[in-house]
Amino acid sequence: MLLLTMLVPAGSVPAIIAARRHPNVREGVTIVASLIVIYLVSSLYTVISGGTGVELRGPEIFGGLMIAFRIEPLGMLFSLVAGYLWLVTSVYSIGYMRGHGEQNQTRFYVCFAVAISSVMGIAYAADLFTLFIFYEILTLSTYPLVTHAGTIKAKKGGRVYLGVLLTTSIMFLLMAMIGTWHLTGTLDFRPGGIFDQSTAAAAAVLLPLFVFGVGKAAIMPFHRWLPSAMVAPTPVSALLHAVAVVKAGVFSVLKICVYIFGLDLLTTLPSTDILLYLAGATVVLASLVAMRQDNLKARLAYSTVSQLGYVTIGALLATGAGALGGAMHIAMHAFGKITLFFCAGAIMVASHKTEVSQMRGLGYRMPVTMTAFLIGSLSIIGLPPTGGTWSKWYLMIGAIETDKWVLMMILMLSSLLNIAYLLPIPIRAFWVDHESDDRSGAVMQEAPLPVLLALSVTAIGCIVLFFYTQPLYELALAFLEAAGIPYGG
Amino acid sequence: MISHFPILQVIIPLLAAPLCLFLRIPRLVGLFAILASLTAFLISFALLNQVIETGTIEYWLGGWEPPWGIEYRIDLLNGYLLLLVTLMSTIVLIAAQTSIEKELPENRHAFFYVAYLLCLTGLLGILATADTFNLFVFLEISALSSYTLIGLGTDRRALTAAYQYLVMGTIGATFIIIGVGLMYMMTGTLNMFDLAERLPAVSNSRTILCAFGFFIVGVCLKLALFPLHLWLPNAYAWAPSVATAFLAATSTKVAVYVLIRYVFTVFGVSFVGVSLPLGHIFLVLGLAGIFAASVAAIYQLNIKRLFAYSSVAQIGYMILGLAMGTKLGLTATLLHLFNHALMKAAIFLAIGAVVYRIGSSQLYHFAGLGRKMPLTMAAIVVGGLSLVGVPLTVGFVSKWYLVVALLERGWWPVAILVLISSLLAVIYVWRIVEWIYFTPARIIMDDVQEAPLTQLIPIWILVLANIYFGIDTELTLGVSNLAAQSLFGQ
Repeated sequence: MLLLTMLVPAGSVPAIIAARRHPNVREGVTIVASLIVIYLVSSLYTVISGGTGVELRGPEIFGGLMIAFRIEPLGMLFSLVAGYLWLVTSVYSIGYMRGHGEQNQTRFYVCFAVAISSVMGIAYAADLFTLFIFYEILTLSTYPLVTHAGTIKAKKGGRVYLGVLLTTSIMFLLMAMIGTWHLTGTLDFRPGGIFDQSTAAAAAVLLPLFVFGVGKAAIMPFHRWLPSAMVAPTPVSALLHAVAVVKAGVFSVLKICVYIFGLDLLTTLPSTDILLYLAGATVVLASLVAMRQDNLKARLAYSTVSQLGYVTIGALLATGAGALGGAMHIAMHAFGKITLFFCAGAIMVASHKTEVSQMRGLGYRMPVTMTAFLIGSLSIIGLPPTGGTWSKWYLMIGAIETDKWVLMMILMLSSLLNIAYLLPIPIRAFWVDHESDDRSGAVMQEAPLPVLLALSVTAIGCIVLFFYTQPLYELALAFLEAAGIPYGG
Repeated sequence: MISHFPILQVIIPLLAAPLCLFLRIPRLVGLFAILASLTAFLISFALLNQVIETGTIEYWLGGWEPPWGIEYRIDLLNGYLLLLVTLMSTIVLIAAQTSIEKELPENRHAFFYVAYLLCLTGLLGILATADTFNLFVFLEISALSSYTLIGLGTDRRALTAAYQYLVMGTIGATFIIIGVGLMYMMTGTLNMFDLAERLPAVSNSRTILCAFGFFIVGVCLKLALFPLHLWLPNAYAWAPSVATAFLAATSTKVAVYVLIRYVFTVFGVSFVGVSLPLGHIFLVLGLAGIFAASVAAIYQLNIKRLFAYSSVAQIGYMILGLAMGTKLGLTATLLHLFNHALMKAAIFLAIGAVVYRIGSSQLYHFAGLGRKMPLTMAAIVVGGLSLVGVPLTVGFVSKWYLVVALLERGWWPVAILVLISSLLAVIYVWRIVEWIYFTPARIIMDDVQEAPLTQLIPIWILVLANIYFGIDTELTLGVSNLAAQSLFGQ
């Protein structure tokens, strides 16, 4: 069943290609595939919560390295999020791609499916080697999505995207992997890490290599690819750059910190602190940059960079609460950010507006979209009644537990900044000056129905996650348990 | 019969070559060439199996006992390469059937196959023989026939390219024969293994140093080690596409084999590694080659030239593996020999298919081909990814081993440089990808179709091999490991 979650999206590729001349069939295939994936991940979830482990080992490639999968709670969480949001995004993209009259739609759906199956591979990877393989496949399969428009700007964005991601992964991640393998002879994810006392010194050097190497986690100064990738069509930005790709990044960081280094070792490494403050700086700086962006998608992109820093901080705090908050933030931020991107796309399709300054009074023309935007913003900021509250809560506890008051301040400051750059958009959309002539011509002009449907679902998701956090929380707790991390609260 | 296998696989293409001239009918000649090459492949397969089971095979030509007679000796190292060369040759020949139709006038087809089979003979001879002079003879056979192959290219620049190669190749061959002569002078023997026994006694004489110098420089010219690579880009760019694919996949590999054989078997690691700074020279030249050629590749407008420069860079990796002078380094080199042959053969055959359809290998003519020839273009992309070293392709395996070997040797700055250089490969591969998929067509190509099946099948066999051997490394890694072990065991 584990294998199927990867094979179904990949298997839908030939079907999508075969149906290229019949858009309805093609998109039907996508939807069916994503429904099957949801069924699969859900039933895997029941299996896992029943306490059974699922493992799968491929043939050995060389030197004891093999493609191997094992489901553990964190991967389960990630795959659940990705699986569900794939369906929503598929619905959304049908409306968006048609509404926007995009070219090469078959290529779009094909690459999308491949990307999702590699995300599943990342989520279930049982060792670093497998994770790396799927990490690279994800980079390569999303490249055509980023350059989808085929314009010079898109090509440039694609170059930066591929350049940064491949550079970091080959230069740092691969290097760190080979170094780790050379030192310890294994790349397995093990509770408590794989380094021992004798290799701790080298681990201090390897940690930054890993953290920078996972370029998808967008730690400054390797965050440039994310804003560049925003040339992609909005569904791509939404799923891939709010959920799949960036979350694959922070997921990898979290996994490496917990299962390769182990939190005990992490606290003793001198490089942890430096990286921690670098992540903190990323959080604040990216928020500051976001404030100055007029283009809505660019603003959201920098906001993502900043939010990714939260998860990295959670991982590097090396406490139970930190890891818990990091894991939860993966899911919470995914729902919040995907809503915002969906809204940005909806605005673009319906009114062809891309700049924040043009969006005054838009709330009267697109009430549903703007309401969803408001909810998404609240979740990103971390205000009740939205899911983002909880993850930030645990992250802050983690910061307090380790007496890192500066970090605590950073997290608070960043939340304030979030308010400053996100809330004005819905506020201006609804409460405009009466002199503004935008309102006089206001007619309801919403985005296509699939688009609205998708963004409402995710917005409601944000709220549901506030009241009904228990499964997510339990999954995150199970992750701590599986990794052998003590957690009191 | 079976005991004659070592010589048979050299003789069969040698005899088949002149027969091609008598056959006359173009289609028949092609099939006949495939048959000859396939037979050689089957023989080499049997040989490698035999070597793995029973150990080194020694074969005395005409029953004359070495060191007086000529000896052929098949061990793991050359058994492995014999398999590689015959396999590549057979696959390329299948694609050649249609490919040369467009690139060569019909009255030259027979000549093409003659030159091709002679070249194959030469390469197999170099690999199989244990006699230094015999090696030189085969080296010349393969070299002369490859000048012919290159000169057959339709563009007139092929002639200058062939001429350039001729001059450089002859200088290389002369250096080699001078080296051989000096060795013979000092030891009185030409048999490699006999030489290996007698050389240590005279190894500190200046004559042997000279012999070694001449020989190594000569071989490095043949294998296009930077900065002796100048003949290669032109030769690859203007030769008929299938000839390029064949030469790129085999001929430099065989030259690397000669280098390995002489450094490790004949002169011995102790002589080369201890008394000479060869390791450091190779390190510097290898790195310089990797970077200079990769950067040059980025600026090429002709896609064949682009990959020709990339070949020079890849040779740099192989030399780097040798430079370490460790078992793991040698394993990495041997792995990369095989893996690089797979990538380059696939890429050049795919380019050949494009030339077959649109008659050009200029990069800007590839614009928009992603739609017209999706399978061929996908093959180029997979081959390119393999060059970069993306996981699940063979390129990843060789790069991994190279970096591990470098770390083991303690040369971690070099390891970092190797990884940086892969990024250069990303750049030149990605330039092609952008042209293929994201640029509207520059020429009218309404009637351009996917490549014919006779070309697609060999291309995709190679592409799938690129992936297969990236996942199942038992054969390549196992044999490379054992071969490296036996070379260090002596």
